[in-house]
Amino acid sequence: MSFPHRHLLGIEHLAPHDILQILDLADDYVALNRQAAKHSDTLAGLTQINMFFENSTRTQASFELAGKRLGADVMNMAMQASSIKKGETLIDTAMTLNAMHPDLLVVRHPHSGAVGLLAQKVNCAVLNAGDGRHEHPTQALLDALTIRRAKGRLHRLNIAICGDIAHSRVARSNILLLGKMENRIRLIGPPTLMPAEIESFGVEVYDDMARGLDGVDVVMMLRLQRERMDGGFIPSEREYYHRYGLDTEKLALAQPDAIVMHPGPMNRGVEIDGTLADDINRSVIQEQVEMGVAVRMAAMDLLARARTGGKAA
Amino acid sequence: MILHLTNARLIDPESAATRIGHLTVENGRIAAIAHDAPPASGGRVVDCGGKCLAPGLVDIGVKVCEPGERHKESFRSAGLAAAAGGVTTMVTRPDTAPAIDSPETLEFVTRRANAAAPVNVVPMAALTKGRAGREMTEIGFLMDAGAVAFTDCDHVVRDTRVLARALSYAGSLGALVIAHPQDPGLSAGAAATSGKFASLRGLPAVSPMAERMGLDRDIALIEMTRARYHADQITTARALPALERARGNGFDISAGTSIHHVTLNELDVADYRTFFKIKPPLRAETDRQAIVGALRDGLIDTLSSMHTPQDEESKRLPFEEAASGAVGLETLLPAALRLYHSGDLDLPTLFRAMSLNPARRLGLEGGRLRRGAPADLVLFDPDVPFVMDRFTLQSKSKNTPFDGQRMQGRVLATWVAGETVYERTR
Repeated sequence: MSFPHRHLLGIEHLAPHDILQILDLADDYVALNRQAAKHSDTLAGLTQINMFFENSTRTQASFELAGKRLGADVMNMAMQASSIKKGETLIDTAMTLNAMHPDLLVVRHPHSGAVGLLAQKVNCAVLNAGDGRHEHPTQALLDALTIRRAKGRLHRLNIAICGDIAHSRVARSNILLLGKMENRIRLIGPPTLMPAEIESFGVEVYDDMARGLDGVDVVMMLRLQRERMDGGFIPSEREYYHRYGLDTEKLALAQPDAIVMHPGPMNRGVEIDGTLADDINRSVIQEQVEMGVAVRMAAMDLLARARTGGKAA
Repeated sequence: MILHLTNARLIDPESAATRIGHLTVENGRIAAIAHDAPPASGGRVVDCGGKCLAPGLVDIGVKVCEPGERHKESFRSAGLAAAAGGVTTMVTRPDTAPAIDSPETLEFVTRRANAAAPVNVVPMAALTKGRAGREMTEIGFLMDAGAVAFTDCDHVVRDTRVLARALSYAGSLGALVIAHPQDPGLSAGAAATSGKFASLRGLPAVSPMAERMGLDRDIALIEMTRARYHADQITTARALPALERARGNGFDISAGTSIHHVTLNELDVADYRTFFKIKPPLRAETDRQAIVGALRDGLIDTLSSMHTPQDEESKRLPFEEAASGAVGLETLLPAALRLYHSGDLDLPTLFRAMSLNPARRLGLEGGRLRRGAPADLVLFDPDVPFVMDRFTLQSKSKNTPFDGQRMQGRVLATWVAGETVYERTR
């Protein structure tokens, strides 16, 4: 079955079977990545360009490694340092790159919708590596793969997402994905960090962490995005940690086998207790990083195959 | 020069009547209106073929980008767009670069307008210097130079002491102050109206309550200063009770809304379509319906295009970075006719809001279909369907949200002071 999308811009337009198709292929790539010889020629001859208009270390490294393991020629462009500073518009940058005939474009941008705008102007496959507070689809997919492997299923789970929901693209993509797969989603955080009318997405909202964590199977912590704050969303870091930081005591309210997730990078002692994050019995944070490479390999593989008309490139 | 417009469906917003009749124009004014007698002999006769003849639109809040950004819109291009849209009077905004805040810049604008635009142009001036909200402009001199109203446009005067003084000074001269009711704190940086849609799209958003807060503050200042006040755009249901109360208390307050807020809603933004980014942002459907109701009841007085030209470069950007505003001179009437075809508003009500009320509020002669009034007229066919193509617009900027949409109703001819300024050829 070929993948019916040209780009991967968000979870919003994916159907449940599209999601499962990516996850199933990603499982194969997890196996490949655990072998000594990790190389495949699936994307041989194709060019992948990573354009990051916003700082990133892990996502960029993950996409770069994913491309290289599949045999693509990978180029990284740190966009803050280049033409944007010279006043070139996003669209001009896109047109310029398009003229170099890339096959896969991985884009992160600080504004919601910017990656979609760029995708309209190029004729290669575009992967959204995070746009503003809109979506971060590969993060949601790697979270889903992590959950499925840890819990044995990706439906009918009670999943809590905690922290700065308002500024989080990770939260939006996860709400959409986990909702599509029929899970019960709880959002936990202070009202100042909740998006307006978020209840209408079919989620339950809690400002009391103890009540929100009661009996959940998965606890997904979000980074408190200090760099995004205009100021004044929370009184102080220590009060935030007291009320919304995850520690052993609060985690005890969840299911005994509940897993703890975090998209990274973590602020230890702000949203999560350091020892808890390192507890290999509860925390799957390192697995998330591993799944990230596999999910990105799967997504790029499917998009590249869709481009070449179903044949492996 | 005598002109007979015969066999027309006359839309009279004053009497709220529509009847077949004919209208005689002499020396730039309406000389006679009759419903049965055949036209007197002599003069040119135009058979209107039973189409609608109404007073030309008086559009409050048109931005012509002179001085400063003539590549976006000039008096010539805006004037041609107005004529093609049946707008016979453009009431221009002072939010140019530099702002129109001195008698000298106002005179420049008036001179350019009279030389270049085929329709009437009446300018507004800034309420505070540089629209910075610190010192009031020379309101008296500006009135002498022809300013019909004073507004800082979308810049809200944050300092209430400055606004209170400007309002009372303007009040002493009988000047009309037009404000943009919006709480500046809540609305800072917003690109959308808060709610499910903005949350899904991850856009910085403003609560619709910010409009009511801005209006409530202004109403308190009007009570204090007794100034003449017009709210440029009321776009949310929650602001309406406050407006109604202020009216009931006998304050001299009127309100307008924009064509985009009564024909579109927030969902039209869809996948970050920047032509739908306007200020204030598009609202929820329930708000749109409430505002249409307020237009019908007369609580909202005026309907205007809020014509804001933006070039391609300012719109081909991520939604948050893109400039706000849409052109509207040529689409005001066809879009307003959507409300007629949907059965929401009848034609006299529409022309009350688009012609009569704006003229009345600004003390202009136009906007009426009566003997002695200026022969500023629009002839239109309310039923002819077409698909909007933005590249057919006369405006230099083509940023219309109606691009590619089905419209119904088209301007056939426009007269200003009895002179034909537009005639549809096909």
